[in-house]
Amino acid sequence: MNDTDLKHIRQQFPILDQQVNGNPLVYFDNAATTQKPKQVIDSLTNYYTKLNSNIHRGVHYLSQLATNAYEESREAVRHLINAKHPHEIIFTRGTTESINLVASSFSKKFLHPGDTVVISGMEHHSNIVPWQIACEERQAQLKVIPINEQGEIIFSEVEKLLDQSCKILAVTHVSNTLGTINDIKQLINMAHAHEIPVLIDGAQAISHIKVDVQALDCDFYCFSGHKMYAPMGVGVLYGKEKILDEMPPYQGGGEMIKTVTFTRTTFNELPFKFEAGTPSVGDVLGLKEAINFIEQTGYGLIEAYESDLLHYGTKKLEQLGYIRIIGTAPQKTSVISFLPGNIHPFDAGTILDKLGIAVRTGHHCTQPLMDFYKISGTVRASFAIYNTKEEIDAMIAALERIKIMFE
Amino acid sequence: MKTYKDTASEIISEFMLFTDWMDKYNYLIELGKALPLIDEQYKTDNYLIAGCQSQVWVKAEYKDGAVYFTADSDAIITRGIVSLLIRALSERPCDEIINADMEFINQIGLREHLSPTRSNGLNAMIKQMKMYALAFKAKYESNKQPESNK
Repeated sequence: MNDTDLKHIRQQFPILDQQVNGNPLVYFDNAATTQKPKQVIDSLTNYYTKLNSNIHRGVHYLSQLATNAYEESREAVRHLINAKHPHEIIFTRGTTESINLVASSFSKKFLHPGDTVVISGMEHHSNIVPWQIACEERQAQLKVIPINEQGEIIFSEVEKLLDQSCKILAVTHVSNTLGTINDIKQLINMAHAHEIPVLIDGAQAISHIKVDVQALDCDFYCFSGHKMYAPMGVGVLYGKEKILDEMPPYQGGGEMIKTVTFTRTTFNELPFKFEAGTPSVGDVLGLKEAINFIEQTGYGLIEAYESDLLHYGTKKLEQLGYIRIIGTAPQKTSVISFLPGNIHPFDAGTILDKLGIAVRTGHHCTQPLMDFYKISGTVRASFAIYNTKEEIDAMIAALERIKIMFE
Repeated sequence: MKTYKDTASEIISEFMLFTDWMDKYNYLIELGKALPLIDEQYKTDNYLIAGCQSQVWVKAEYKDGAVYFTADSDAIITRGIVSLLIRALSERPCDEIINADMEFINQIGLREHLSPTRSNGLNAMIKQMKMYALAFKAKYESNKQPESNK
Protein backbone atom coordinates (compact mmCIF):
# COMPACT_ATOMS: atom_id res chain seq x y z
CA MET A 1 0.00 0.00 0.00
CA ASN A 2 1.45 3.38 -0.97
CA ASP A 3 1.24 6.58 1.08
CA THR A 4 -1.67 7.97 -0.93
CA ASP A 5 -3.76 4.84 -0.38
CA LEU A 6 -2.93 4.85 3.32
CA LYS A 7 -3.83 8.51 3.61
CA HIS A 8 -7.10 7.80 1.85
CA ILE A 9 -7.91 5.00 4.31
CA ARG A 10 -6.97 7.08 7.36
CA GLN A 11 -9.16 9.94 6.15
CA GLN A 12 -12.15 7.63 6.39
CA PHE A 13 -11.64 7.29 10.16
CA PRO A 14 -12.38 10.71 11.69
CA ILE A 15 -11.58 9.56 15.25
CA LEU A 16 -7.89 9.07 14.40
CA ASP A 17 -7.37 12.76 13.81
CA GLN A 18 -7.03 13.90 17.41
CA GLN A 19 -4.55 14.56 20.19
CA VAL A 20 -4.43 12.55 23.40
CA ASN A 21 -2.54 14.13 26.29
CA GLY A 22 -0.96 16.53 23.82
CA ASN A 23 0.27 13.82 21.46
CA PRO A 24 -1.23 12.50 18.23
CA LEU A 25 -3.45 9.51 19.02
CA VAL A 26 -1.87 6.17 18.17
CA TYR A 27 -4.62 3.58 18.37
CA PHE A 28 -3.16 0.09 18.85
CA ASP A 29 -6.09 -1.51 20.68
CA ASN A 30 -7.77 -2.88 17.58
CA ALA A 31 -8.10 -6.42 18.91
CA ALA A 32 -10.40 -4.96 21.58
CA THR A 33 -12.40 -2.91 19.10
CA THR A 34 -11.65 -1.24 15.79
CA GLN A 35 -12.51 2.34 14.91
CA LYS A 36 -15.34 3.03 12.50
CA PRO A 37 -15.08 4.44 8.97
CA LYS A 38 -17.21 7.41 8.01
CA GLN A 39 -19.56 5.31 5.88
CA VAL A 40 -20.48 3.25 8.97
CA ILE A 41 -21.01 6.35 11.11
CA ASP A 42 -23.08 7.95 8.34
CA SER A 43 -25.24 4.87 8.00
CA LEU A 44 -26.16 5.10 11.70
CA THR A 45 -27.14 8.74 11.29
CA ASN A 46 -29.06 7.92 8.14
CA TYR A 47 -30.93 5.09 9.83
CA TYR A 48 -32.08 7.21 12.76
CA THR A 49 -32.76 10.21 10.51
CA LYS A 50 -34.74 8.44 7.81
CA LEU A 51 -35.51 4.79 8.46
CA ASN A 52 -35.99 4.01 12.15
CA SER A 53 -38.84 1.62 12.62
CA ASN A 54 -39.47 -1.80 14.08
CA ILE A 55 -38.92 -4.55 11.58
CA HIS A 56 -40.72 -7.61 10.23
CA ARG A 57 -44.13 -6.82 11.74
CA GLY A 58 -45.17 -3.42 10.54
CA VAL A 59 -47.18 -3.00 7.35
CA HIS A 60 -46.25 0.64 7.11
CA TYR A 61 -43.75 2.23 4.78
CA LEU A 62 -40.86 2.80 7.20
CA SER A 63 -41.11 -0.67 8.69
CA GLN A 64 -40.85 -2.18 5.24
CA LEU A 65 -37.86 -0.06 4.33
CA ALA A 66 -36.11 -0.96 7.60
CA THR A 67 -36.99 -4.64 7.16
CA ASN A 68 -35.59 -4.67 3.63
CA ALA A 69 -32.40 -2.96 4.76
CA TYR A 70 -32.03 -5.40 7.67
CA GLU A 71 -32.41 -8.41 5.38
CA GLU A 72 -29.96 -6.87 2.91
CA SER A 73 -27.42 -6.84 5.75
CA ARG A 74 -28.05 -10.52 6.32
CA GLU A 75 -27.38 -11.15 2.66
CA ALA A 76 -24.18 -9.06 2.88
CA VAL A 77 -22.95 -11.22 5.77
CA ARG A 78 -23.87 -14.38 3.87
CA HIS A 79 -21.85 -13.14 0.92
CA LEU A 80 -18.90 -12.10 3.10
CA ILE A 81 -18.42 -15.56 4.61
CA ASN A 82 -19.90 -17.48 1.66
CA ALA A 83 -22.65 -19.18 3.62
CA LYS A 84 -25.05 -21.30 1.58
CA HIS A 85 -28.26 -19.60 2.78
CA PRO A 86 -29.10 -16.21 4.30
CA HIS A 87 -31.18 -17.92 7.01
CA GLU A 88 -27.98 -19.55 8.30
CA ILE A 89 -26.96 -16.06 9.49
CA ILE A 90 -28.32 -15.21 12.95
CA PHE A 91 -27.82 -11.68 14.24
CA THR A 92 -26.72 -11.51 17.87
CA ARG A 93 -25.16 -8.84 20.09
CA GLY A 94 -21.65 -10.14 19.54
CA THR A 95 -19.37 -13.18 19.58
CA THR A 96 -20.02 -13.75 23.28
CA GLU A 97 -23.75 -13.98 22.73
CA SER A 98 -23.27 -16.19 19.65
CA ILE A 99 -21.20 -18.69 21.64
CA ASN A 100 -23.60 -18.56 24.59
CA LEU A 101 -26.47 -19.25 22.22
CA VAL A 102 -24.81 -22.40 20.87
CA ALA A 103 -23.47 -23.53 24.26
CA SER A 104 -26.94 -23.25 25.75
CA SER A 105 -29.15 -24.45 22.90
CA PHE A 106 -26.89 -27.11 21.35
CA SER A 107 -26.14 -28.55 24.79
CA LYS A 108 -29.82 -28.91 25.70
CA LYS A 109 -30.28 -31.17 22.71
CA PHE A 110 -26.94 -32.90 22.26
CA LEU A 111 -24.92 -32.82 25.50
CA HIS A 112 -25.58 -35.53 28.07
CA PRO A 113 -24.04 -36.73 31.34
CA GLY A 114 -20.57 -38.16 30.73
CA ASP A 115 -20.10 -36.34 27.40
CA THR A 116 -17.24 -33.92 26.78
CA VAL A 117 -16.75 -30.54 25.16
CA VAL A 118 -13.27 -29.88 23.76
CA ILE A 119 -11.69 -26.41 23.58
CA SER A 120 -8.07 -25.25 23.25
CA GLY A 121 -5.67 -23.77 25.79
CA MET A 122 -5.65 -20.35 24.09
CA GLU A 123 -9.38 -19.59 24.26
CA HIS A 124 -10.84 -16.24 25.30
CA HIS A 125 -12.99 -16.48 28.43
CA SER A 126 -15.99 -16.13 26.08
CA ASN A 127 -15.21 -19.52 24.59
CA ILE A 128 -14.52 -21.13 27.98
CA VAL A 129 -17.15 -19.94 30.44
CA PRO A 130 -20.31 -20.64 28.36
CA TRP A 131 -19.08 -24.23 27.91
CA GLN A 132 -18.25 -24.56 31.61
CA ILE A 133 -21.80 -23.49 32.43
CA ALA A 134 -23.23 -25.92 29.87
CA CYS A 135 -21.05 -28.77 31.14
CA GLU A 136 -22.10 -28.12 34.70
CA GLU A 137 -25.78 -28.12 33.74
CA ARG A 138 -25.49 -31.27 31.65
CA GLN A 139 -23.01 -33.08 33.94
CA ALA A 140 -20.52 -33.15 31.09
CA GLN A 141 -16.81 -32.43 31.15
CA LEU A 142 -14.70 -29.70 29.56
CA LYS A 143 -11.41 -30.88 28.03
CA VAL A 144 -8.58 -28.72 26.78
CA ILE A 145 -6.18 -29.21 23.86
CA PRO A 146 -2.73 -28.17 25.09
CA ILE A 147 -0.59 -25.57 23.31
CA ASN A 148 3.17 -25.24 22.90
CA GLU A 149 5.53 -22.44 23.94
CA GLN A 150 5.16 -20.65 20.57
CA GLY A 151 1.44 -20.50 21.20
CA GLU A 152 0.28 -23.17 18.76
CA ILE A 153 -2.17 -26.03 19.20
CA ILE A 154 -0.34 -29.34 19.70
CA PHE A 155 -1.98 -31.34 16.95
CA SER A 156 -0.70 -34.69 18.19
CA GLU A 157 -2.85 -34.17 21.31
CA VAL A 158 -6.05 -33.39 19.42
CA GLU A 159 -6.90 -36.90 18.27
CA LYS A 160 -6.82 -38.26 21.84
CA LEU A 161 -9.60 -35.89 22.88
CA LEU A 162 -11.86 -36.54 19.89
CA ASP A 163 -13.31 -39.75 21.27
CA GLN A 164 -16.90 -41.01 21.45
CA SER A 165 -17.71 -38.80 24.42
CA CYS A 166 -16.83 -35.58 22.57
CA LYS A 167 -19.98 -33.84 21.36
CA ILE A 168 -18.51 -30.56 20.10
CA LEU A 169 -15.12 -28.98 19.43
CA ALA A 170 -15.00 -25.21 20.05
CA VAL A 171 -11.80 -23.38 19.09
CA THR A 172 -10.69 -19.93 18.19
CA HIS A 173 -9.64 -19.09 14.63
CA VAL A 174 -7.15 -16.50 15.87
CA SER A 175 -5.91 -16.01 19.45
CA ASN A 176 -6.77 -12.54 20.77
CA THR A 177 -3.71 -12.54 23.02
CA LEU A 178 -1.10 -14.24 20.85
CA GLY A 179 -2.31 -13.55 17.32
CA THR A 180 -1.79 -17.21 16.40
CA ILE A 181 -3.82 -18.27 13.36
CA ASN A 182 -4.94 -21.81 14.03
CA ASP A 183 -5.15 -24.35 11.23
CA ILE A 184 -8.87 -24.68 11.75
CA LYS A 185 -9.37 -26.53 8.45
CA GLN A 186 -7.28 -29.39 9.79
CA LEU A 187 -9.10 -29.34 13.15
CA ILE A 188 -12.48 -29.38 11.41
CA ASN A 189 -11.41 -32.33 9.22
CA MET A 190 -10.16 -34.23 12.25
CA ALA A 191 -13.39 -33.61 14.19
CA HIS A 192 -15.62 -34.42 11.24
CA ALA A 193 -13.84 -37.75 10.80
CA HIS A 194 -15.52 -38.61 14.11
CA GLU A 195 -18.75 -36.80 13.19
CA ILE A 196 -18.08 -34.16 15.86
CA PRO A 197 -19.43 -30.69 15.01
CA VAL A 198 -17.08 -27.70 15.27
CA LEU A 199 -17.67 -24.15 16.47
CA ILE A 200 -15.13 -21.53 15.44
CA ASP A 201 -14.70 -18.30 17.43
CA GLY A 202 -13.88 -15.92 14.60
CA ALA A 203 -13.88 -12.66 16.59
CA GLN A 204 -10.19 -12.01 15.96
CA ALA A 205 -10.13 -13.33 12.40
CA ILE A 206 -12.93 -11.68 10.49
CA SER A 207 -11.32 -8.26 9.99
CA HIS A 208 -8.00 -9.80 8.93
CA ILE A 209 -8.61 -13.02 7.02
CA LYS A 210 -11.00 -14.04 4.24
CA VAL A 211 -13.39 -16.60 5.74
CA ASP A 212 -15.31 -19.11 3.62
CA VAL A 213 -17.56 -21.20 5.86
CA GLN A 214 -18.42 -23.65 3.09
CA ALA A 215 -14.78 -24.30 2.23
CA LEU A 216 -13.95 -24.65 5.94
CA ASP A 217 -17.07 -26.79 6.43
CA CYS A 218 -17.36 -25.55 10.05
CA ASP A 219 -20.72 -26.10 11.73
CA PHE A 220 -20.76 -22.75 13.55
CA TYR A 221 -18.74 -19.57 13.02
CA CYS A 222 -19.09 -16.61 15.42
CA PHE A 223 -17.91 -13.02 15.17
CA SER A 224 -18.57 -9.47 16.38
CA GLY A 225 -19.28 -6.44 14.26
CA HIS A 226 -17.34 -4.01 16.40
CA LYS A 227 -14.01 -5.76 15.78
CA MET A 228 -14.52 -5.43 12.01
CA TYR A 229 -15.16 -1.69 11.69
CA ALA A 230 -18.92 -2.03 12.42
CA PRO A 231 -20.86 -0.54 15.36
CA MET A 232 -20.89 -2.16 18.78
CA GLY A 233 -24.00 -4.15 19.59
CA VAL A 234 -24.18 -6.49 16.62
CA GLY A 235 -22.64 -9.88 16.10
CA VAL A 236 -23.15 -12.93 13.93
CA LEU A 237 -23.73 -16.59 14.47
CA TYR A 238 -23.37 -18.65 11.34
CA GLY A 239 -24.70 -22.19 11.69
CA LYS A 240 -25.40 -24.89 9.19
CA GLU A 241 -29.13 -25.04 8.47
CA LYS A 242 -29.48 -28.68 9.49
CA ILE A 243 -27.94 -28.29 12.94
CA LEU A 244 -29.68 -24.96 13.65
CA ASP A 245 -33.01 -26.56 12.75
CA GLU A 246 -32.42 -29.32 15.27
CA MET A 247 -31.53 -26.92 18.10
CA PRO A 248 -34.18 -25.55 20.48
CA PRO A 249 -34.71 -21.76 20.76
CA TYR A 250 -32.33 -19.83 23.03
CA GLN A 251 -34.46 -16.93 24.24
CA GLY A 252 -38.22 -16.67 24.07
CA GLY A 253 -40.14 -13.55 23.09
CA GLY A 254 -41.38 -11.67 20.07
CA GLU A 255 -40.17 -12.39 16.56
CA MET A 256 -39.15 -15.97 17.33
CA ILE A 257 -42.69 -17.37 17.53
CA LYS A 258 -45.19 -18.64 14.99
CA THR A 259 -48.24 -18.97 17.25
CA VAL A 260 -48.67 -18.42 20.98
CA THR A 261 -51.46 -19.60 23.27
CA PHE A 262 -51.22 -19.92 27.03
CA THR A 263 -50.81 -23.66 26.68
CA ARG A 264 -48.46 -23.94 23.72
CA THR A 265 -46.15 -21.94 21.51
CA THR A 266 -44.88 -22.92 18.11
CA PHE A 267 -41.62 -21.45 17.00
CA ASN A 268 -40.75 -19.46 13.93
CA GLU A 269 -38.39 -20.80 11.31
CA LEU A 270 -34.76 -19.87 10.79
CA PRO A 271 -33.26 -17.36 11.28
CA PHE A 272 -36.08 -15.78 13.32
CA LYS A 273 -36.27 -18.71 15.76
CA PHE A 274 -33.01 -17.41 17.27
CA GLU A 275 -33.72 -13.68 17.02
CA ALA A 276 -36.09 -13.02 19.92
CA GLY A 277 -37.01 -9.40 20.58
CA THR A 278 -36.25 -6.25 18.64
CA PRO A 279 -32.75 -6.44 17.23
CA SER A 280 -30.28 -3.56 17.03
CA VAL A 281 -31.42 -2.65 13.52
CA GLY A 282 -29.29 0.46 13.07
CA ASP A 283 -26.15 -1.44 14.08
CA VAL A 284 -27.00 -4.31 11.72
CA LEU A 285 -27.25 -1.75 8.90
CA GLY A 286 -23.90 -0.34 10.00
CA LEU A 287 -22.43 -3.84 9.75
CA LYS A 288 -23.33 -3.91 6.07
CA GLU A 289 -21.38 -0.69 5.52
CA ALA A 290 -18.41 -2.17 7.40
CA ILE A 291 -18.55 -5.19 5.10
CA ASN A 292 -18.60 -2.79 2.15
CA PHE A 293 -15.54 -1.06 3.57
CA ILE A 294 -13.68 -4.38 3.94
CA GLU A 295 -14.69 -5.60 0.49
CA GLN A 296 -13.79 -2.28 -1.13
CA THR A 297 -10.40 -2.36 0.58
CA GLY A 298 -10.01 -6.06 -0.20
CA TYR A 299 -8.79 -8.89 2.03
CA GLY A 300 -5.72 -9.25 -0.20
CA LEU A 301 -4.54 -5.74 0.58
CA ILE A 302 -5.55 -6.02 4.26
CA GLU A 303 -3.60 -9.26 4.77
CA ALA A 304 -0.52 -8.00 2.94
CA TYR A 305 -0.39 -4.62 4.67
CA GLU A 306 -1.15 -5.89 8.18
CA SER A 307 1.45 -8.62 7.77
CA ASP A 308 3.91 -5.89 6.84
CA LEU A 309 3.02 -3.99 10.05
CA LEU A 310 3.33 -7.17 12.11
CA HIS A 311 6.81 -7.93 10.83
CA TYR A 312 7.98 -4.34 11.11
CA GLY A 313 6.65 -4.06 14.69
CA THR A 314 8.12 -7.42 15.70
CA LYS A 315 11.53 -6.53 14.27
CA LYS A 316 11.57 -3.10 15.94
CA LEU A 317 10.59 -4.55 19.31
CA GLU A 318 13.22 -7.28 19.03
CA GLN A 319 15.85 -4.65 18.24
CA LEU A 320 15.20 -3.01 21.63
CA GLY A 321 16.90 -6.07 23.12
CA TYR A 322 14.89 -6.42 26.32
CA ILE A 323 11.43 -7.26 24.99
CA ARG A 324 9.96 -10.73 25.41
CA ILE A 325 7.32 -11.45 22.79
CA ILE A 326 4.55 -13.81 23.94
CA GLY A 327 3.20 -15.73 20.96
CA THR A 328 5.76 -16.51 18.30
CA ALA A 329 3.83 -18.79 15.95
CA PRO A 330 4.85 -18.39 12.28
CA GLN A 331 1.21 -17.81 11.30
CA LYS A 332 -0.05 -14.69 13.09
CA THR A 333 -2.41 -11.78 12.56
CA SER A 334 -1.21 -8.27 13.40
CA VAL A 335 -1.17 -8.77 17.18
CA ILE A 336 1.97 -8.44 19.29
CA SER A 337 1.82 -9.31 22.98
CA PHE A 338 5.00 -8.53 24.89
CA LEU A 339 6.68 -7.93 28.22
CA PRO A 340 8.84 -4.80 28.36
CA GLY A 341 11.73 -6.28 30.34
CA ASN A 342 11.09 -6.09 34.08
CA ILE A 343 8.61 -3.27 33.73
CA HIS A 344 5.07 -4.22 34.76
CA PRO A 345 2.64 -4.12 31.80
CA PHE A 346 0.36 -1.80 33.77
CA ASP A 347 3.21 0.68 34.34
CA ALA A 348 4.18 0.60 30.67
CA GLY A 349 0.55 0.94 29.56
CA THR A 350 -0.02 3.91 31.87
CA ILE A 351 2.93 5.86 30.48
CA LEU A 352 2.16 4.83 26.86
CA ASP A 353 -1.31 6.30 27.42
CA LYS A 354 0.24 9.55 28.67
CA LEU A 355 2.14 9.64 25.38
CA GLY A 356 -1.07 9.20 23.38
CA ILE A 357 -0.54 5.52 22.58
CA ALA A 358 -3.51 3.23 23.26
CA VAL A 359 -2.53 -0.37 23.95
CA ARG A 360 -4.19 -3.04 26.04
CA THR A 361 -2.50 -4.33 29.15
CA GLY A 362 -3.48 -7.20 31.41
CA HIS A 363 -4.57 -10.78 30.85
CA HIS A 364 -6.79 -10.00 27.82
CA CYS A 365 -9.57 -12.25 29.16
CA THR A 366 -7.31 -15.29 28.75
CA GLN A 367 -6.27 -16.08 32.32
CA PRO A 368 -5.58 -19.79 31.64
CA LEU A 369 -3.20 -18.73 28.87
CA MET A 370 -1.40 -16.35 31.26
CA ASP A 371 -1.11 -19.26 33.71
CA PHE A 372 0.43 -21.36 30.93
CA TYR A 373 3.13 -18.72 30.34
CA LYS A 374 3.39 -18.11 34.12
CA ILE A 375 2.88 -14.37 33.69
CA SER A 376 0.23 -12.03 35.07
CA GLY A 377 -0.32 -10.08 31.87
CA THR A 378 1.23 -8.53 28.79
CA VAL A 379 1.23 -5.31 26.81
CA ARG A 380 -0.67 -5.96 23.61
CA ALA A 381 -0.34 -3.83 20.48
CA SER A 382 -2.81 -4.85 17.78
CA PHE A 383 -2.83 -3.22 14.36
CA ALA A 384 -5.60 -2.47 11.88
CA ILE A 385 -5.58 -1.39 8.25
CA TYR A 386 -5.29 2.32 9.19
CA ASN A 387 -2.17 1.99 11.36
CA THR A 388 1.25 3.09 10.12
CA LYS A 389 4.93 2.29 10.56
CA GLU A 390 5.41 5.83 11.89
CA GLU A 391 3.00 4.97 14.69
CA ILE A 392 5.03 1.84 15.47
CA ASP A 393 8.14 4.05 15.60
CA ALA A 394 6.31 6.31 18.08
CA MET A 395 5.57 3.31 20.29
CA ILE A 396 9.19 2.16 20.13
CA ALA A 397 10.42 5.65 21.10
CA ALA A 398 7.90 5.71 23.95
CA LEU A 399 9.11 2.32 25.21
CA GLU A 400 12.71 3.57 25.25
CA ARG A 401 11.60 6.56 27.30
CA ILE A 402 9.68 4.29 29.67
CA LYS A 403 12.73 2.09 30.15
CA ILE A 404 14.71 5.11 31.35
CA MET A 405 11.89 6.24 33.65
CA PHE A 406 11.63 2.91 35.44
CA GLU A 407 15.30 2.08 35.68
CA MET B 1 -0.03 14.50 65.22
CA LYS B 2 -1.30 15.57 61.79
CA THR B 3 -4.88 14.75 60.91
CA TYR B 4 -6.01 13.11 57.66
CA LYS B 5 -7.00 16.56 56.40
CA ASP B 6 -3.52 17.98 57.17
CA THR B 7 -1.80 15.15 55.33
CA ALA B 8 -4.18 15.39 52.39
CA SER B 9 -3.45 19.14 51.99
CA GLU B 10 0.25 18.42 52.35
CA ILE B 11 0.11 15.90 49.48
CA ILE B 12 -1.88 18.36 47.35
CA SER B 13 0.73 21.10 47.84
CA GLU B 14 3.55 18.70 46.98
CA PHE B 15 1.86 17.75 43.72
CA MET B 16 1.22 21.41 42.86
CA LEU B 17 4.96 21.73 42.31
CA PHE B 18 4.76 19.48 39.26
CA THR B 19 4.05 21.34 36.09
CA ASP B 20 3.67 18.37 33.77
CA TRP B 21 2.55 14.77 34.03
CA MET B 22 6.07 13.48 33.49
CA ASP B 23 7.33 15.01 36.74
CA LYS B 24 4.28 13.74 38.57
CA TYR B 25 4.77 10.19 37.35
CA ASN B 26 8.49 10.31 38.00
CA TYR B 27 7.63 11.26 41.57
CA LEU B 28 5.15 8.38 41.85
CA ILE B 29 7.78 6.00 40.48
CA GLU B 30 10.27 7.34 43.03
CA LEU B 31 7.74 6.80 45.83
CA GLY B 32 6.98 3.36 44.46
CA LYS B 33 10.64 2.36 44.33
CA ALA B 34 11.59 3.79 47.70
CA LEU B 35 9.36 2.20 50.26
CA PRO B 36 9.39 -1.31 51.60
CA LEU B 37 5.67 -1.27 52.10
CA ILE B 38 4.85 -4.68 53.47
CA ASP B 39 6.74 -7.61 54.90
CA GLU B 40 7.29 -10.20 52.12
CA GLN B 41 5.67 -12.94 54.21
CA TYR B 42 2.33 -11.14 53.97
CA LYS B 43 2.33 -10.95 50.16
CA THR B 44 -0.04 -13.92 50.03
CA ASP B 45 -3.54 -14.51 48.75
CA ASN B 46 -4.91 -13.73 52.22
CA TYR B 47 -3.87 -10.12 51.87
CA LEU B 48 -4.33 -9.83 48.11
CA ILE B 49 -6.76 -7.47 46.45
CA ALA B 50 -6.95 -8.78 42.91
CA GLY B 51 -7.20 -6.16 40.21
CA CYS B 52 -7.46 -6.93 36.54
CA GLN B 53 -4.05 -5.42 35.82
CA SER B 54 -1.94 -4.95 38.90
CA GLN B 55 -2.25 -6.60 42.27
CA VAL B 56 -2.31 -4.97 45.69
CA TRP B 57 -1.65 -6.51 49.08
CA VAL B 58 -2.93 -4.80 52.24
CA LYS B 59 -2.44 -5.70 55.88
CA ALA B 60 -3.88 -3.86 58.87
CA GLU B 61 -3.15 -3.91 62.60
CA TYR B 62 -4.92 -2.22 65.48
CA LYS B 63 -2.77 -0.71 68.20
CA ASP B 64 -3.63 1.80 70.93
CA GLY B 65 -6.73 3.12 69.22
CA ALA B 66 -5.23 3.48 65.75
CA VAL B 67 -5.03 1.38 62.59
CA TYR B 68 -1.61 0.69 61.06
CA PHE B 69 -1.57 -0.25 57.38
CA THR B 70 1.14 -1.87 55.32
CA ALA B 71 0.67 -2.59 51.62
CA ASP B 72 2.36 -3.26 48.31
CA SER B 73 1.73 -3.74 44.60
CA ASP B 74 3.50 -5.51 41.76
CA ALA B 75 3.29 -2.39 39.55
CA ILE B 76 5.47 0.58 40.49
CA ILE B 77 3.01 3.36 39.67
CA THR B 78 0.34 1.56 41.68
CA ARG B 79 2.90 1.20 44.50
CA GLY B 80 3.52 4.94 44.40
CA ILE B 81 -0.17 5.63 44.77
CA VAL B 82 -0.45 2.95 47.46
CA SER B 83 2.23 4.76 49.44
CA LEU B 84 0.16 7.97 49.25
CA LEU B 85 -2.93 6.12 50.50
CA ILE B 86 -0.95 4.74 53.42
CA ARG B 87 0.44 8.14 54.23
CA ALA B 88 -3.11 9.52 54.24
CA LEU B 89 -4.82 6.77 56.21
CA SER B 90 -2.33 4.85 58.34
CA GLU B 91 -1.82 5.43 62.06
CA ARG B 92 -5.22 7.05 62.45
CA PRO B 93 -8.27 6.34 64.60
CA CYS B 94 -10.95 4.18 62.98
CA ASP B 95 -13.47 6.99 62.57
CA GLU B 96 -11.00 9.25 60.84
CA ILE B 97 -10.29 6.49 58.30
CA ILE B 98 -13.96 5.67 57.81
CA ASN B 99 -14.81 9.34 57.24
CA ALA B 100 -11.84 10.23 55.00
CA ASP B 101 -13.22 11.63 51.72
CA MET B 102 -10.08 10.74 49.66
CA GLU B 103 -10.76 13.85 47.59
CA PHE B 104 -7.02 14.59 47.39
CA ILE B 105 -6.63 11.81 44.79
CA ASN B 106 -8.80 13.83 42.40
CA GLN B 107 -7.06 17.06 43.27
CA ILE B 108 -3.62 15.74 42.44
CA GLY B 109 -4.93 14.50 39.10
CA LEU B 110 -4.86 10.76 39.73
CA ARG B 111 -8.60 10.26 39.50
CA GLU B 112 -8.17 8.06 36.41
CA HIS B 113 -6.38 5.51 38.56
CA LEU B 114 -9.50 5.10 40.66
CA SER B 115 -11.88 4.69 37.73
CA PRO B 116 -13.30 1.19 37.31
CA THR B 117 -11.71 0.86 33.86
CA ARG B 118 -8.23 0.81 35.37
CA SER B 119 -9.12 -2.16 37.52
CA ASN B 120 -5.83 -1.89 39.31
CA GLY B 121 -7.07 -2.69 42.75
CA LEU B 122 -6.78 0.85 44.12
CA ASN B 123 -10.51 1.38 44.47
CA ALA B 124 -10.81 -1.97 46.14
CA MET B 125 -7.82 -1.09 48.32
CA ILE B 126 -9.46 2.06 49.70
CA LYS B 127 -12.63 0.09 50.32
CA GLN B 128 -10.62 -2.61 52.08
CA MET B 129 -8.79 -0.07 54.29
CA LYS B 130 -12.11 1.41 55.35
CA MET B 131 -13.52 -2.08 55.98
CA TYR B 132 -10.58 -2.84 58.25
CA ALA B 133 -11.29 0.36 60.19
CA LEU B 134 -14.96 -0.57 60.48
CA ALA B 135 -14.11 -4.09 61.61
CA PHE B 136 -11.60 -2.90 64.22
CA LYS B 137 -14.09 -0.34 65.43
CA ALA B 138 -16.73 -3.03 65.90
CA LYS B 139 -14.28 -5.39 67.58
CA TYR B 140 -12.35 -3.10 69.91
CA GLU B 141 -14.46 -0.01 70.33
CA SER B 142 -18.04 -1.31 70.53
CA ASN B 143 -18.01 -1.30 74.36
CA LYS B 144 -17.10 2.34 74.49
CA GLN B 145 -20.30 4.18 75.28
CA PRO B 146 -20.78 7.83 74.42
CA GLU B 147 -20.28 10.11 77.46
CA SER B 148 -23.96 10.98 77.83
CA ASN B 149 -24.95 7.32 78.32
CA LYS B 150 -22.62 6.70 81.21
